[in-house]
Formats: sequence, C-alpha cells, structure tokens
Amino acid sequence: MSIHPNIKKIRADFPILETSVRGKPLIYLDNAATTQKPRQVIERIQKYYQEENANIHRGVHYLSERATIAYENTRKKVQKFIGAESPKEIVFTRGTTEGINLVAQTFGRLRVKAGDQILISEMEHHSNIVPWQLLCEQVGATLNVIPFDFKGELMEAEFDRQIERYAENIKLIALTHVSNALGTINPVERLIQKAHAEEIPVLLDGAQAVPHLPVDVKKLDCDFYVFSAHKIYGPTGVGVLYAKKQWLEEMPPYQGGGDMISSVTFKKTTYNEVPYKFEAGTPNIEGVIALEAALDYVSSLGLEKIAAHEMALLKQLEQAVQADAKLKEFVRPVGTAKEKAAVYSFTLGDIHPHDAGTILDRMGIAVRGGHHCAQPVMDHFGIPGTLRASFAVYNTPEEVNALVTGLHQVLEVFK
Amino acid sequence: MIQDDLKDLYQEMIVDHSRHPRNCRKIEHPTCAAAGNNPLCGDQLTLYVQLEGDRIRDLSFEGKGCAISMASASMMTEYLKNRTKQEALNHFEKFHQLVTEDGSASTLSDSDLELLGKLRVFSGVSEFPSRVKCASLAWHTLVNALRGNGEIATTESGTEVVASGQGDHS
Ligand SMILES: Cc1ncc(COP(=O)(O)O)c(C=O)c1O
Repeated sequence: MSIHPNIKKIRADFPILETSVRGKPLIYLDNAATTQKPRQVIERIQKYYQEENANIHRGVHYLSERATIAYENTRKKVQKFIGAESPKEIVFTRGTTEGINLVAQTFGRLRVKAGDQILISEMEHHSNIVPWQLLCEQVGATLNVIPFDFKGELMEAEFDRQIERYAENIKLIALTHVSNALGTINPVERLIQKAHAEEIPVLLDGAQAVPHLPVDVKKLDCDFYVFSAHKIYGPTGVGVLYAKKQWLEEMPPYQGGGDMISSVTFKKTTYNEVPYKFEAGTPNIEGVIALEAALDYVSSLGLEKIAAHEMALLKQLEQAVQADAKLKEFVRPVGTAKEKAAVYSFTLGDIHPHDAGTILDRMGIAVRGGHHCAQPVMDHFGIPGTLRASFAVYNTPEEVNALVTGLHQVLEVFK
Repeated sequence: MIQDDLKDLYQEMIVDHSRHPRNCRKIEHPTCAAAGNNPLCGDQLTLYVQLEGDRIRDLSFEGKGCAISMASASMMTEYLKNRTKQEALNHFEKFHQLVTEDGSASTLSDSDLELLGKLRVFSGVSEFPSRVKCASLAWHTLVNALRGNGEIATTESGTEVVASGQGDHS
C-alpha cells in the first residue's frame, strides 16, 4: 500500500487536473462516477480523426482497413486485459448499462420463462436492477434479492439458501463485483462456484472492479462480465460485454441493422458470426480505439500499483477521520466491508449530502453526494444519500488533506 | 473560520431556517394543499394553505430534504402569510428569477429586490444550477396548491428543468 512512485508524472498526463474551479485548484474525487482521461487517450481520439477516420468492416479502401485493424486490436487488447479465451467473446457496447440490457433482452428472453427467477443483490446499481425488472415484467418472472448486512457485506448464507431452494427456477444470477455505493468487493469467485454447482450462470457487473483490481474472467469462470471504458480512463460511450462463446452462439441478436448480418433478403436474413452479431450499426469507433490507449496506459502504470496507491489514500482518509475528534464525532462511514475498494462513502451528521457537496464544490473539491444510483442501498440504511470520495491513480495525499479541511468547513457552516 | 465565499450560499439565515424551520406543521383543515418532491435530493414536502377570501391567512409545510429546500419552504411560509393569492404568484415569478438569473445579468429591478426582502439570501443559488430545484420546490408546490391542481409538484417536469445536474449517475 503506497503512493505510486511516478505520481508527479502521472498528474502531468491529465490536462484537466490543471483546471481551477471557482478560483481553486480542482480536486477530483468523484472517480467512481467517471475518471479523467490522460493525454494518451485524448490524443488517440484526435489521431483517429486526423489520420484514420473511416467506417469499419465495410470498405476495401486504405482508411477503412486501418480503422478496422485499430478497432479489432482493441478487442484483442480487452481480451488479454480480462483474460478471455478468445476475442470473439468480447462485444463492444455503449457501456455497462447497455451490456446488462443486452444480456437481459437476449439471453434473458431466450431462457427466462414465467415462474422463473433472476437473482440479484441489494447492493446493485440501478443498471443491474431495472433491466431485470423489465425482463421479469415481460416474461412473468420474479426478481429475487439477496440482502447485505450492516457492514455492507453480502449475506452469503442467504445466497446459499436461495440457490439451493430455487436451483430449478433461478435462470441467472447478476451481481456487482464491486459496489459503487459501499465499496464492497464481493467474493465472486466462490459465489460463482456455488452457482455453477447448481448449474446457474452468473453475470458480473464489473464497472467498479476493472479499474481497480486485476480481473481474470477465465479464472473467475463467470458467464458474463460487463464494464465501462469511461471508469478506467477511457472515453464515454464505450463498454465491454464479455460472454462465454457458447452463450453468444446461443443468444439471439440484440439489435438489427448493418454489420450484424451476413446476408439480407426480404425472405430471410442470416446473422453475422459472434461477436459481430451483437454489434449492429456503426459503433463508437474512436471510443473503442481510445479504450486500447486507456488500457495500455493502465498497464504501463501497473494495475496493482494503481490499486495500492488508491488504497493508501483510502487508509490515509480513514485514519485522518479517526484521529480527528470532530470528524470522528460526525463522520459515519457507510459500507465497512473487510474486502473493500478505494471508495469512502459516508454521512456527515444530519447534513444533507448535497449541501455538503455544494460547499465542498465551492472549495474546488468534487465528491459525489446522493444515492449513487443505488437507492435500495440508501433505503437499507434509512438515509437519503451519502457523500462519496472515490480515488484514482492521480489523486494525492495533499488532496486527501484538503478534503479533511473541507469537511471541517462544512461542519463549521452547519454548526 | 469559514471561508468568506462559502457564506454567500449557506448564509446563516439559510442554515438557521433549515435547522429550525418555521411553520413546519400540518394545518388540519386547509383550503388547499399540495405535495412536491425533488428526486435529485430526495426532498419531499407537503404544503398547506388556509385562505380567507383571496388572502393567505395561514401557510405551513411538512417534509424533509436538503438545507436549501427546507430553508426555502420555511422562509416562503413566513414571507407569504397575509398576502393575496395574486401577490404570491407574482412573488413566485420574482423569486424564480432571483434563483435562476446570474447576479450580474439579473433583470430584477431594485424595487423587485426590495420586494423580495430577506428572500434575497437565495440569490447565491443561481451559481449552482443543480440546486435551483431545491430552492424552488416549495414555491412550485405552492403554485400547484393555489391553482387547485392536486397533482404532485415535481421539479423534474414542467418549467423548472435546468440545464445541468439533472440525472444522478454512477
Ligand atoms: C457498479 C456500477 N454498475 C453500473 C454502472 C453503470 O455504468 P454506465 O453508466 O457506464 O453504463 C455504474 C456506474 O455508473 C456502476 O458503478
């Protein structure tokens, strides 16, 4: 657990960090919402438009071939990054949300019938709740929800009970790998083993995991894994769906259009092979290509070093709160799981998180205040929302100190 | 020590009203009432109005939410008591301008500002577009109550949608 040795150089890679906010230097601690982008990613997008712009998979001309190669190279890069067996198992989407909707509307529509169940947890992001509710409504299935305990840890005994009791009915388990509101890292490898023992496939929402811990989908043996490029220093509008090839082969297409077909007549259309069957229409080409630059960037810093850096900042903040009589009195961490990512979610006395957030914003500090798209988590604790500081590789110990000062200011305003 | 610039939005008066809201109670047999909510902050309030002819004899609210929304509701109830319905609607317009227009570009006249009196403490809100809804929730709810449409005022629809800070991502 230590600050990244190249922190100065890393900060210089992120032009936006020079922004001033209402006359104060920007302190960006809302990384779980989205990360800032390094020069390498920004320049890659520019290079694409200046030197490579063309539609992919269609032209036989020079530019189209170049763009296609760059696009497909990202697929291979993603495959290696998450340890998939084949690039054919990597589908590009608009983001985590679209990946989950895709699985719900293809795999779900194919396999989930009236009376069946989808099992999720109480700590899911809305994007891993609502697509399943929609599916359940469409087919007459029910959503079964595993609760978490006071620390924000999934109640595994309850998980065991449900999958044993409803082994026949549960057609899919969809779980977050890391909770965005609590920071909890779920014991997904073990849960997947148990699910597979009952022959239930598992989807993991990796939006908060991929940027912070090494993920190996083969080792995890998950059936589906989804994440968003924008939370791992890449562009918005791009996401990844990993699915085991057998599922992709079995699943019907999600959207129809160009690129996803192999031949079209008015009588019959045959679909392209996987993964193209799931990529209808012109995708976010520059975004996908820039994702490769983002993953290269992360690899160059080392994901483990990034994680150690972020954990060092989290510990610093936790200790600063513990050591400060006033903060200790008012700060209540929400989510204190033993296995946790570098997310600090908390309440500050009875001060509404948006009021605290606005005051911190005044000081140039960007934190998230609210329900973090995880309203059931807030309901669990009976609070309207939390404040959340979430760290990335460019954050510094000085910024943590500034947050501590900022929290004192908030308390001062509301004293 | 509080930094000076923090004070322009969270002035003592706002903090005080949010901590100790005035007229925070139910009116048993109101002439009209309406509920409002602001999904962004989870602010919820119910507004009760007691009219005597055209005049607001009593005005109160119950609810929970962020400091801006609670203080705004509290100060509005104090401010509008004993004014006419028409005055309340006019003041709503002015208040709305106050919290949405950037100070330097404000079209409010000096007499408008004088009219708004204490409510001017909310002028700092205009710098925070995402918080405009909080400041105006009570007012929207009041307008709904007075216009007699029993519908729930939500800051997510109608005229109040501001350009930024809408959704609640991630
Ligand atoms: C755990 C989790 N799941 C899903 C999402 C949705 O991601 P996106 O909005 O990029 O689709 C997020 C973040 O917004 C998240 O934190």
